[in-house]
Amino acid sequence: MTNCEEFISQLANKYGRKRESLLAIIHEVINQYYYLSEESMTAIARELNMPAAEVYGTATFYTFFDTKPQGKYVIRVCQTIVCDMKRKEDIVDAIYELLRIKPGETTSDGKFSLYYTNCLGMCHEGPAMLINDEQYAKLTPESVKDILVNYMKK
Amino acid sequence: MSNLINVTINNIPLQVEEGKTILEAAKMLNIHIPVLCHHKDLCVAGNCRICVVEVEKDPYLVAACAIPVREGMNILTNTKKIRDARKHILELLLTEHNINCIKCCKSSSCELQNLALEYRLDEELFINLLQDIPVDDSSPAIIKDDTKCIRCTRCVRTCDELQGVNALAMSQKGRHTKMSTYLEKPLADVVCTNCGQCINRCPTGALTEKSYVEQVWEAIYDPSKFVVVQTAPAVRFAVGELFHVRPGARVTGRMVASLRAMGFDAVLDTDFTADLTIIEEGTELLTRLKKALVDRDKSVALPMFSSCSPGWIKFIEHQYPELLPNLSTCKSPQQMFGALAKTFYAKKREIDPANMVSVSIMPCTAKKFEANRPEMRDSGYKDVDYVLTTREFASMIHHSGIDVLTLKNEEFDNIMGASTGAAVIFGATGGVMEAALRTAYQIVTGKDVPFEGINITPIRGFQGVKQASLVIEGTLPEWKFLEGVELKVAVAHGLKNAHKLIQGLKSGEIEAHFVEIMACPGGCIGGGGQPIPTNIDIRTARMEGTYKADSKMLLRKSHENPEVQALYEEFLGKPNGHLSHELLHTYYTERFKY
Repeated sequence: MTNCEEFISQLANKYGRKRESLLAIIHEVINQYYYLSEESMTAIARELNMPAAEVYGTATFYTFFDTKPQGKYVIRVCQTIVCDMKRKEDIVDAIYELLRIKPGETTSDGKFSLYYTNCLGMCHEGPAMLINDEQYAKLTPESVKDILVNYMKK
Repeated sequence: MSNLINVTINNIPLQVEEGKTILEAAKMLNIHIPVLCHHKDLCVAGNCRICVVEVEKDPYLVAACAIPVREGMNILTNTKKIRDARKHILELLLTEHNINCIKCCKSSSCELQNLALEYRLDEELFINLLQDIPVDDSSPAIIKDDTKCIRCTRCVRTCDELQGVNALAMSQKGRHTKMSTYLEKPLADVVCTNCGQCINRCPTGALTEKSYVEQVWEAIYDPSKFVVVQTAPAVRFAVGELFHVRPGARVTGRMVASLRAMGFDAVLDTDFTADLTIIEEGTELLTRLKKALVDRDKSVALPMFSSCSPGWIKFIEHQYPELLPNLSTCKSPQQMFGALAKTFYAKKREIDPANMVSVSIMPCTAKKFEANRPEMRDSGYKDVDYVLTTREFASMIHHSGIDVLTLKNEEFDNIMGASTGAAVIFGATGGVMEAALRTAYQIVTGKDVPFEGINITPIRGFQGVKQASLVIEGTLPEWKFLEGVELKVAVAHGLKNAHKLIQGLKSGEIEAHFVEIMACPGGCIGGGGQPIPTNIDIRTARMEGTYKADSKMLLRKSHENPEVQALYEEFLGKPNGHLSHELLHTYYTERFKY
């Protein structure tokens, strides 16, 4: 057993080998590996005795479950209309200036990935973004750079 | 008897059983409601919305396929509101549809096309959202074209509910939703069994068989080639449907005549090798039983599983590789035919097998995969060159300009054209088992199987898993060890039922010496290569046709087939003999489960 398979086997012990355990297990795998690899999806299918295509189908239904390798820190800038009117493009440009990645890309050191996301529910404080599970609001090009510099030091 | 509910449909009063849907109620009055995602064989999905109807006092249109009738419901199925809604639904489906109908092989059997014509969609209301998605033609049997998919999920439900294979699932969401394999891998690289049941249910051209019609015409037109054709037992009870003949009508004579008229050099019968399969498989079963009961050989794998259905073979290779020793080593009738055509038949007719092209017409798409297996070259050539489905065969008749309905009945050519009733029933679930028992019982006891008219009715019909047993009495001297033994058999059709049967065997709930499994619901008569539509009513008609044909045959036991007897005398020697093993038996490969 590889480390990943071992990890998923333990998760299956913890959450049970029923279909309804699928999302809980996926959450933990994402926390650990930042994305769902083929190896991990196959291991989940085997542990829960369910079709691999269904594990993949479920994972891809959720935007926050990535099935391709991701940076350690996934930045998601809100693209919905209010943040758009509050110039979310300036935020994306500022990120590009600092990290040299556009939406859909990952830095070459594998530390950051950048995506657009739909409404984060923070319209009154736009433009807004998430870095993993942390929320950041009332962004300006300057504040974004400060935030990112802190992450770069981590 | 459940409660009756009073409703009106288009102001016609009607009493309907509680639990019936609006769609089913409308059918009772012969009122047609269009459907796309709905299919008789599958659970309700209610996602396409084309079946919307108006219910009095209900502010919204409701999906007739999904909503059960309620007491006092007043339903309207033809109003301006409904017609406008259906037109819009169709328009929206077409915005992202690859409207390439003249080049699409589903044209004329496409449900979306038919509806678009019915609703006279003549203006484009919405922008074009057609995406450029490459076609997946990796599989030798099935082509998946997402640009023609309307996301009705019939294929996904088929693969899950009927087959338990789950090679396809829905992935992504919203407008990105698609029918995906695991990680969007090519169909050839996933657990797909090539059964083609999805093709049979796809309302559009998103899933189709890979066609070899052009290659077959090439061979026929080439004067240096000797083209042999074989036709599977189930084709003759279904191909008529594509020429407006009722389902289940046996059109063997005209089928043979049309093949000859098309220019095939020899028109032969898979039924012949079906009979041969019974001799080989029956002998193999008796040998296994002898080893287990007399020699106490613990390594003998029992129950023995039938090996005629290539969808089932690929299924067990993926899902239960630990049970591969239980599979009969007999090739399927198609492949036995292929191996003999380029050896025995070529020799008899003094034809160079290098110049032979072997074509088979099958109710099946998995047979295309089977013919391409690397081990299926025991004649020294590719044993079966091209496999055509019943549908492709019908399209060839159309190309050829033959008016098939006016043709006179003709007989198969000899040497490999004779068959018995036992071969006829191969096409129906339980048929292989029944044929095997008819022969095995006679070999062991010298008498007919103890069922009235040798009809082994307990293993006939559409029950998912069927079981039967018979006590062997009055054995001949060399089979004494079987005296008084209760021979137990089990039959399943549809791979979901194969899962159930195997679970039953593993838990000990089901006991059997011999197990027949067919990948498709109803057996080959419901195969993935059969005419569209195929559903429970049509399968029933084809099955009735099959058993009726068997009952009218003079010879009804495989070992009575005179050409099979001649084959053993002149060529093979004895069943399970050296040459049989070389040409008629095979081996299996473990495959990945995920």
